[in-house]
Amino acid sequence: MGRFDWLSEYLAQLEDEHVLVRRGSAQRLAPAHVLEIDAEDWGRAARQASLLEYRWCGLWGDEHEDHIRVYACLEHAGDYVVLQTAVDADTPVLPSHVPSYPIADRPERHAQDMLGLVFSDSPDERRWTRHQAWPESSYPLRADFHLPADQGGQPAPADGGYPFQHIKGEGVCEIPVGPVHAGIIEPGHFRFHAVGEEILSLEQRLGYVHKGIEKAAQGRDAAALVRLAGRVSGDSTVAHAWAACQSLERAVGCRVDRRAQQLRGLLCERERVANHLGDIGAICNDVGFAFALYQCSRLRENWLRRNQELFGHRLLMDLLLPGGVAVDLDTRARESLKQDHQRLMEETNELFDILLDQPSLEDRLLNTGVLRPATARALGCTGYVGKASGQAFDLRASNPYPPYDRQPMKTVCLADGDVMARVQLRMEEIRRSLEWMDELLDALEPGELQCRWQPPQAPCEGLGFVESWRGEIITYVRLDAGGKVARFFPRDPSWHTWPALERIVMGNIVPDFPVCNKSVNGSYSGQDL
Amino acid sequence: MYRILRKTLKTGVLTEKAPTSSDAALEALGIEVKRLVDKRFNGSLAIREVDAGSCNACELEIHALNNPYYDVERFGIHFVASPRHADILLVTGPVSRHMETALLRTWEATPAPKWVIACGDCACDGGLFGRDNYATRGGVEAVLPVDLYIPGCPPAPVELMMGLLNLFNAAD
Ligand code: SF4
Repeated sequence: MGRFDWLSEYLAQLEDEHVLVRRGSAQRLAPAHVLEIDAEDWGRAARQASLLEYRWCGLWGDEHEDHIRVYACLEHAGDYVVLQTAVDADTPVLPSHVPSYPIADRPERHAQDMLGLVFSDSPDERRWTRHQAWPESSYPLRADFHLPADQGGQPAPADGGYPFQHIKGEGVCEIPVGPVHAGIIEPGHFRFHAVGEEILSLEQRLGYVHKGIEKAAQGRDAAALVRLAGRVSGDSTVAHAWAACQSLERAVGCRVDRRAQQLRGLLCERERVANHLGDIGAICNDVGFAFALYQCSRLRENWLRRNQELFGHRLLMDLLLPGGVAVDLDTRARESLKQDHQRLMEETNELFDILLDQPSLEDRLLNTGVLRPATARALGCTGYVGKASGQAFDLRASNPYPPYDRQPMKTVCLADGDVMARVQLRMEEIRRSLEWMDELLDALEPGELQCRWQPPQAPCEGLGFVESWRGEIITYVRLDAGGKVARFFPRDPSWHTWPALERIVMGNIVPDFPVCNKSVNGSYSGQDL
Repeated sequence: MYRILRKTLKTGVLTEKAPTSSDAALEALGIEVKRLVDKRFNGSLAIREVDAGSCNACELEIHALNNPYYDVERFGIHFVASPRHADILLVTGPVSRHMETALLRTWEATPAPKWVIACGDCACDGGLFGRDNYATRGGVEAVLPVDLYIPGCPPAPVELMMGLLNLFNAAD
């Protein structure tokens, strides 16, 4: 099947439903295809997409003078369609996508809190990103937003009155956890309902690390935006910076040299290996298997030290620039990397073999925290959460961008959907990344590290799509006529895997929550923004 | 079991005498940290880490302090779950306003004497998220008295250890 072969079917369906596509464009937000529709058709367009089982993968709004543009992104067969509509800035009302796509709930509530959009038939109007730091009637991403003078100086009160859902019944216990958790992890609130040890339900309340990234981006230049994007979720600094670079480069039409793209690929896979190593150890440790933690954290530390030696930063921050990269590899470094890869391959083969051969570990991880394929699909989970539950989508293979276009990545997909499957998937990804990086080092082409970055002459916009270790990142950027950022929206994969965790823990016991949680490892920062 | 033991023996002891062996000044760092923890904190120092809006990379490096290379437990430094057990609050992030009250409550729950460390550029002065931001306080000092600043984005484990040492020396 060629790219977008399916689009005609969707367009025919829309026509049948009297949804008028006012304009279509394959260029404006390429590689995505934009369909402009009327606000009143917004819900029906989603409904048709859901009937055709397209994946819903994000929503964002963007204020223009007297109207707000709203975008929703859909994916099918590796291709993206962006629905676009506009609503009046004074009456920003449009139908909700939630009736067709329940996963749209949090993104819509985020848009409601940040821009004042009103989704008329949404079943859930509660605040999401907003706690008590700014009033309900003001919206940080509106141009006229300002904090009331008296609110700026006072500590923002805790959001104690948030309307959680309650389950009542004999023997039902409600367990509140967080925002400050035991351990060195990010803050968030979990509200459990349990009978005995069994979890009946989990409701998450996030937003604690909301630091106004979308607003802070506005007015920055391209280079500063990429640095900021590298802090959307620090553990995915390369991937988020890359997605921001892609959207900027597509917006202004800047062609990046193959060598720079190859180096970006190398850095992004190094980030994957580091995170997979750390998490595999931590997951095993959550069920008391400290041997794995120490071995994996040792391998991770070696890996990070090599990052420092070769690229000047242990976590690879600030190495991507608009138009290219800030680092290069000489022949000696390439050879030494290949030796690293071989050593790590041998070590992980031995180590993972031991881990997978432990009956006690198997006992705790197998059949624990199951995410059924149908649920993963409905929630649009990507990354190891989706791939361990039968969702093969992986941008590196489904819609390969350079350097994966000419050097294919063999991606992995498993079906069981439990903690064990997520662990095994990540073990296998380490191996494949190592092999891929070896091939890449052999195929490294001569070329420029950075093309000359020229700010645009007119307003422009672009979309970036990158497969991070955690899954698909989608980033929208709009630049104004002066080349300054007017809108930045990074969609971290965690928007889809946090809701998956709520489903995953149902029926598990409370003491297994940490290992379920770690096996999903959603980013708080990446979703709170 | 046999394979675990074999792997453990083959890996050997990795824990470094000092965080990096190349630098003579750092050689002494671990010993010095231990001496001061023994002297000032009776051999046991408890740290409560609080993420107040970090991007999560600072957490990754704080975590690394517990890996076999740095292994700060051997100096008597523990990361504790409850602020009531803590001597030090190690705060990351620019203090998102949504975490402000939680941070204050954590501080209030920590028994005196207590110290506050602002860990990372964000915690020091708002970092890349800026000071003029509706959603953050632009640094820990806007909310709590800060005893020590450890800049870096994020600070590496060695820098974190040096930071602790500076705090002990100041407290000494
Ligand atoms: S200092 Fe840097 S690494 Fe640490 S939380 Fe802030 S942005 Fe992230």
